[in-house]
Amino acid sequence: MLRFLWRRFLAGLATLLVALFIMYLLVNKAIDPLADLRESTAPNKAQLIEQRIAQLDLNTNVVLRFFSWLGQVATGDLGTQWRTGRDVLDLVGSAIVSTLQLVTASTLIALVLGIAVGVVSALRQYSSFDYGIIFLSFFLYSLPSFFVAVLLKQWGAIGFNDFLRDPTISTVAIVVLTLLGALVWSLAVGGSPRRRLQTALVAGAATGGLLVYLQATGWWDTPRIDPVLLTVFGLAAAAGLTLVSAGLQNRRALASALVMVVLGLVLQQLMGPVFDAVAPSNLSLAALVVVFVAIGWGVGVLLAGPDRGVSARTGALTALVMVLLVVIDRVMQVWPPYFEVLRGRPIPTIGDRTPNLGGNYWVGLLDSYTHLVLPTISLILISFAAYTRYSRGSMLEVMNQDYIRTARAKGLPERVVVVRHGFRNTLIPLATVVPIDVITLIGGAIITENIFGRPGMGRLFVENLQQADIEPVMAYLLITATLAIVANVVADLVYAVVDPRIRLDA
Amino acid sequence: MSTQTPSQDPRPAGAEEHLENAIEQKDVAGLSQGQIVRRRFFRHRGAIVGLVVLGAVVLLAVSSVGIGPVPGWWGFSNASGPVTNPGGAPTLSLPTWLGGEGFALGEHPFGQDEVGRDMFGAVMKGVQTSLMVIVVVGLVSTLVGVTVGSLAGFYRGRLDTALMRTTDLVITMPTIVIGAVIGKLAGGVSGLLFALALGLILWPSLARLVRGEFLSLREREFVDAARVAGASSGRIIGKHILPNAIGVIIVSSTLLMSQAILLEAALSYLGFGITRPEISLGLLISEYQAAFATRPWLFWWPGLFIVLIALCINFIGDGLRDAFDPRQKRIPSQRSMDRAAARAGTTVRPGDQTQDAGLGAGS
Repeated sequence: MLRFLWRRFLAGLATLLVALFIMYLLVNKAIDPLADLRESTAPNKAQLIEQRIAQLDLNTNVVLRFFSWLGQVATGDLGTQWRTGRDVLDLVGSAIVSTLQLVTASTLIALVLGIAVGVVSALRQYSSFDYGIIFLSFFLYSLPSFFVAVLLKQWGAIGFNDFLRDPTISTVAIVVLTLLGALVWSLAVGGSPRRRLQTALVAGAATGGLLVYLQATGWWDTPRIDPVLLTVFGLAAAAGLTLVSAGLQNRRALASALVMVVLGLVLQQLMGPVFDAVAPSNLSLAALVVVFVAIGWGVGVLLAGPDRGVSARTGALTALVMVLLVVIDRVMQVWPPYFEVLRGRPIPTIGDRTPNLGGNYWVGLLDSYTHLVLPTISLILISFAAYTRYSRGSMLEVMNQDYIRTARAKGLPERVVVVRHGFRNTLIPLATVVPIDVITLIGGAIITENIFGRPGMGRLFVENLQQADIEPVMAYLLITATLAIVANVVADLVYAVVDPRIRLDA
Repeated sequence: MSTQTPSQDPRPAGAEEHLENAIEQKDVAGLSQGQIVRRRFFRHRGAIVGLVVLGAVVLLAVSSVGIGPVPGWWGFSNASGPVTNPGGAPTLSLPTWLGGEGFALGEHPFGQDEVGRDMFGAVMKGVQTSLMVIVVVGLVSTLVGVTVGSLAGFYRGRLDTALMRTTDLVITMPTIVIGAVIGKLAGGVSGLLFALALGLILWPSLARLVRGEFLSLREREFVDAARVAGASSGRIIGKHILPNAIGVIIVSSTLLMSQAILLEAALSYLGFGITRPEISLGLLISEYQAAFATRPWLFWWPGLFIVLIALCINFIGDGLRDAFDPRQKRIPSQRSMDRAAARAGTTVRPGDQTQDAGLGAGS
């Protein structure tokens, strides 16, 4: 194991050095730091050019310059952005934070949605649902990300802001959405015509009822996940999670999920006092989530019979959903004043925060969320397509294996066959793809960041390349190349962990 | 669900299994590998639609504005002219059965921009650029990828190490980044050079796949047989191993091509790719995105064509994958099974197939 890591480390280091050298030469060739001076009409043009050549050391051979840059980096100094004199390390630091905000949420959501849809689509291979999903994922996969982003910005943001000014959904829209919900769910669940009809009725009633409820209670003006909605969502989550992770006939798992729903409702009432006592910050919020999930785990263990892990897992998952809903509700409470301050145009298209906003921690959080909405959607749409295709292909492959036949033959319930024998093995190939994807994304969703004007890594790179600033560009390349190498090693390690057939020391 | 797990059905599985095999056997009996692949491909409806649409797009783009010195039936000019419709709205009108006023192209079917430049010609030029990028990237990256992969996989040893380290090197540099740098270097020179450069950075994934394929194929008996018969290494690579790896190669180079058109458009959008006077669809979108509210046609037409081309190529790639992959057995639909059963004189009870597998809504 250690030998494997050591070998990979050395090979990675060598690759990194050569890659950086080549990139340095390429970037140096691509940029022209003197471009603006050449076209200037200043009387002392020649002198200015001389000055800049001296400043940037342009008369030295590029190879020598690379090594002096490398030596500088080795001491931990990434250099300065010569146009502004700012330290590159600071620039990169703030850019990484912005990028992480963007990619974490979108990757997680795309992963969960993509795997769920892909697996269901594979289970219902060659059904109308499957064909629909195949076409949808192909379509999304063929959409250029900049096209989606511009559309969202010019169309989505303006449309949604207009909607919020006068938030009424027309009856026609409600009927259409209800029918759509009924159709999609009945196709996804499938079964006999009778069962399809049942699903369609339940799903349609749920969708339509929710929309009517939101409309009737003036939800769009003062959005909250009030105790009623929290109970409904909580019960749905508890039922769904228990169904998948333990099966509904496992009463103990169901009980621990339901207990967590009740505790979630209690937590919602306690949010005020808790954050009066503790100052709200990212850290305390994260602590709250961790503690509540731990409580869920504990409740599961307490209520468990012989199958401790199953109900603990169900409890923890339900707890996670509940605590996230409660936090979202807390953030939503500051919506009306926020809406007021921004004069009714709350979905921004540029930047990652509103300047000079003021307000408490929750307002800041809400503000960064509204800035995240559009870029996150545009990232999700594209990676959702990729993950759906991966997980569908992988699930199909697994479900045709002999051990699935064996599992069925020995009489296991279909849920166990699908979740334990099928789904788990589906994740093996995904485990090698996802780390690489995630770490690549830290290098910045270059196009998305540029269109939405988010000051992240991708924008740092593009802007400095345009402004002929080599040191920030090289710092960016250093980080992305390092991450790419690390990602490959991590993928190998994860593969070895999830698949015991793979040995790294072979 | 139930269609792919015949063993789960309560009725005796033998009859159906037999039928399924019979259909499969009848499909491929007495055909060569190429014929089987072609048959399967032509049966893939998505791929055929993709092929036809792509063909139409190619025909339209090439014939309308012409290629090189050959003029087309549509005079392309970058000059501004008098604005026909108010605001330069498209003069294209739909046929009456689609609710239009009868089909007519008019003077500027895709509209004009604010100075009266014709959009149809520009979009067609952009489509030509995209197609050129697809072809060049497909050729270059397939050539490089197959050469590197097959040499590394066949000879192994030191050559393999050297080639694979080079591949790692190219993978380490993010595609879009190196594309941006190369675009700045070559984009201003010509679109062809830019496409060549893109082809030279997109090959690593293909090289890895081909190497893996070669590593497993070179241990097979037919390779030993060829060697015993005295075939040279070159002949074994070209005549014996490569044809067996052709499926993997074709499928992944198709995917590379669809990746290439999106990458080219994105880089041109960012200003690192093809620049005026050459025209690319990404460039058009980037130039006209500000006009979205006032002249939406300037934004929609180039976008529509990018999506159309990429979608067609993806569907063709999917059809090829299904055609080349013998493991992904296509399960016949219930209707064709019933028909086959009726022909064979056995009866299949209709209710059995549609039973639910017990998977709930929550998964």
